[in-house]
Amino acid sequence: MTTIELEQSVVADTPQTGKQYDVIGTRPIRHDGYDKVTGRALYGADIRLNDMLYGKVLRSPHAHARILSIDTSRALALPGVKAIVTTTDLPSLESVVSRVGEGAVNWRYLSNNILANDKVLYHGHAVAAVAATSMSIAEEAISLIQVEYELLPVVTTVQQAVQPDAPILLEELRTSELGAKGEAMTNIASHDQFLRGDLERGFAEATAIVEREFITSTVHQGYIEPHSATAIWGTDGLITIWTSTQGAHDARRQAAEVLQLPVSRIKVVPMEIGGGFGGKTVIYLEPVAALLSQKSGNRPVQLTMTRWDVLAGTGPTSGSVIKVKMGADKKGRITAAQASLTYAAGAYPGSPVGAAMAVIFNPYNLENVQVDGYDVVTNTPRAAAYRAPGGTNAAFASESVIDELASRLGIDPLQIRHINGAKEGDRRVDGPLVRRIGYLETVEKAQASAHYQSPLPAPSSPGRKVGRGVASGWWGNWPGGTSSVSVVVNNDGAVTLIEGSTDIGGSRVAMAMQLAETLGLQASDIKPLVVDTDSVGYNDVTAGSRTTYATGIAVYKAGLRIIDLMRERAAEFWDVDISTVQFDNGVISARDRRLSFKELARSLGDGNGNIVASVSISPNGDGVALATHIVDVEVDTGTGKVQILRYTAIQDVGTAIHPAYVEGQMQGGAAQGIGWALNEEYVYDQQGHLLNGSMLDYRIPTALDLPMIDAIMVETPNPTHPFGVRGVGEVPIVPPAGAIANAIHNAIGVRMEVLPMSPRRVLEAMWAQK
Amino acid sequence: MSQKQIVQATINGEPVEFLCESRQSLLEVLRDVLRLTGTKEGCNNGNCGACNVILDGVLVNSCLVLAVEVQGHTVTTIEGIAPPKGLHPLQQKFLEHAALQCGICTPGFIVSAKALLDQNPHPSEHEVRHWLAGNLCRCTGYDKIVRAVLDAADVMSVEAR
Repeated sequence: MTTIELEQSVVADTPQTGKQYDVIGTRPIRHDGYDKVTGRALYGADIRLNDMLYGKVLRSPHAHARILSIDTSRALALPGVKAIVTTTDLPSLESVVSRVGEGAVNWRYLSNNILANDKVLYHGHAVAAVAATSMSIAEEAISLIQVEYELLPVVTTVQQAVQPDAPILLEELRTSELGAKGEAMTNIASHDQFLRGDLERGFAEATAIVEREFITSTVHQGYIEPHSATAIWGTDGLITIWTSTQGAHDARRQAAEVLQLPVSRIKVVPMEIGGGFGGKTVIYLEPVAALLSQKSGNRPVQLTMTRWDVLAGTGPTSGSVIKVKMGADKKGRITAAQASLTYAAGAYPGSPVGAAMAVIFNPYNLENVQVDGYDVVTNTPRAAAYRAPGGTNAAFASESVIDELASRLGIDPLQIRHINGAKEGDRRVDGPLVRRIGYLETVEKAQASAHYQSPLPAPSSPGRKVGRGVASGWWGNWPGGTSSVSVVVNNDGAVTLIEGSTDIGGSRVAMAMQLAETLGLQASDIKPLVVDTDSVGYNDVTAGSRTTYATGIAVYKAGLRIIDLMRERAAEFWDVDISTVQFDNGVISARDRRLSFKELARSLGDGNGNIVASVSISPNGDGVALATHIVDVEVDTGTGKVQILRYTAIQDVGTAIHPAYVEGQMQGGAAQGIGWALNEEYVYDQQGHLLNGSMLDYRIPTALDLPMIDAIMVETPNPTHPFGVRGVGEVPIVPPAGAIANAIHNAIGVRMEVLPMSPRRVLEAMWAQK
Repeated sequence: MSQKQIVQATINGEPVEFLCESRQSLLEVLRDVLRLTGTKEGCNNGNCGACNVILDGVLVNSCLVLAVEVQGHTVTTIEGIAPPKGLHPLQQKFLEHAALQCGICTPGFIVSAKALLDQNPHPSEHEVRHWLAGNLCRCTGYDKIVRAVLDAADVMSVEAR
């Protein structure tokens, strides 16, 4: 191998702001697209191994119960059943919290979520798993496992869970109160606070003050591909796991911790992933499939969830109760802002309330502000990350209140946002200084947009009313973590790009484009591959909108190494001093000699040592994302149904590498936000049973529910990335609920304080106002 | 253990004979017996459209069809959409319009859209949205999918002239 370079803390010093690019900004066809439109691409459940067994997980029919006994004897006796695992097959883990992916995980809780230990904590909690020679036998075996439960009282909402006499989920849990541990048993895992300035003075200066309480339901990420894991526990003790995950290395680490094995005993092979949105950053099936393989004589075992399993046993993001109080003076300047956010973590601590505490006011520069956040456990599935975790709930609350302030003060809703918008150098409520961002530009683009400049359409019938709303959103992104890539120059001039970052929506082509730009090649000259955990250096999860940013920096750095190596080879080839060899836009030259990248690669041939560069980086960068959305709605005052008529998403996207996929992120995020705003919620009965565990009853938006979604990109290059990339994936889900609530108010004069704003909720709010 | 049935059908233009249990769905047989895993399972109850195939010219959820029911019938899956060389215009337009992100729903969308264009070569945007309402996509917000289908319809009508 020619060279291996390991670098740390690489942040570009000289952003090429304003540079016109050859490849970046174009719209090439993605490399992996052909297999995806022809059905050849292999996703998690598509792998078929010789001698493979089919697995099935038994899930709790109760939302809260103590497990008294599990009798697997009848199931084991069924012909075709090869193995059964329960919690006793998992090592007992310490209660230790580590950083995993974007967040933190308590290993004991992760293990207990994978297979329930002494208690089941939600309807759908995994209890046992079977491997059998066919799926139908596995299903029958599951029904033969006898579990004796002692039922316990249930709390499915934070309002119930914080009551002093509420049933306790985790007997060892004590509140972390501003960092100090409490004494009493509780469901409140933590209380944190941001505080600045003088709230009392700020509210005293206000001309208008608005205070409201908002309630939002639990919602699911709703990826179309159910979780699937296939594992072989080899007779050599090495484990291979094929799975669709947002981070193969992270999945490996989680599986290793849960099984208490060194990470190098496990290889994770990433399959194509059918959506994740944060929900595939945590593992559920992987250790179970491995244990079933071990217990069934080292045969491969595949575990694939049903849709009900997915809705009941994975994901969701937090339902919440959010109180917001804001005051503004007559010029529209926000003089004080206060919020209290209580988020349902589900069965184990770890809701995204911390992120939500930053989201709630961060588009704005505020002097006097207090934000309190509470993480509360409930008898619902353990919350997992969901696109800008916690952000949609928070912005729904704050953006509704700002809208009301604007309307009280007679100020245009975009204008009040412009007056208060954060600029470079301002101090964020969560501490850091604001760096170069294009928030005000998103507001200005919104003001100037054809959408905002055009009149509302007339209602389609007399019982219907139309309205327009706007809202902004902030998301921190995660411009950190580790990314590793290897680049190989083939002797036909094509370049192989080996990555470990899950490609969930076009990142392979975005990486190839950044490498092509660096090397002066075309995207089609690059062959990007996402490989297994043994074949590339460590990569953090594709989450936090980090991949095109962080892995992009690694790709750029690797490209620079390749350029140096090519210059070295050219110097040898031409027998000139390397200092005389130039590389410019894919052409290597020295005085009168001149070869293109491909020509030089070809002339090197085989047997001369390959040109290879590997780079691993941990950028400690920056790159928050901001968006402003505009929506027109029509409200049927007879049924309460809200129809989206027109939607425009404006976002500071940094430099758009592949604009079509950036637009796609904006449109997809907006669509998920619309679903969250109007339809989606977990419905539980009094005993905590999930009542709508199917796609039809959970009801994500369909093509018929949505209009075209206009995406307006503001390109403010991120100063911490060589091409100015800014994470784009998450922030578009932040504004929609607030924008739609404001549009509903504009249409029918009712302030919605609850999500989803389903027909029933809209009617109830209308009746309450009368 | 139930006795297996022999089923003969035409799948993607080829005569095929397979063994299946009476209880097995067409989806299960396509994926597990015939190894045509391009047909995806998203819900297994007809909600999401990821498993859509064309059965004697009619769009169906393969998870809601028993495999034994296709005896003597003709099935087209995503693997049978492209001509012998190259891509179907729908496939080409999905690529050009970036009408897929994760791609898991894409086979179902392309099969559904083909069934639409087979019977309605010039659909309006509303007709496309109505027809595709049985196919769920969580990534794209449908915008680029609808554009890709409309564009493919245009290209096909030009080619047909």
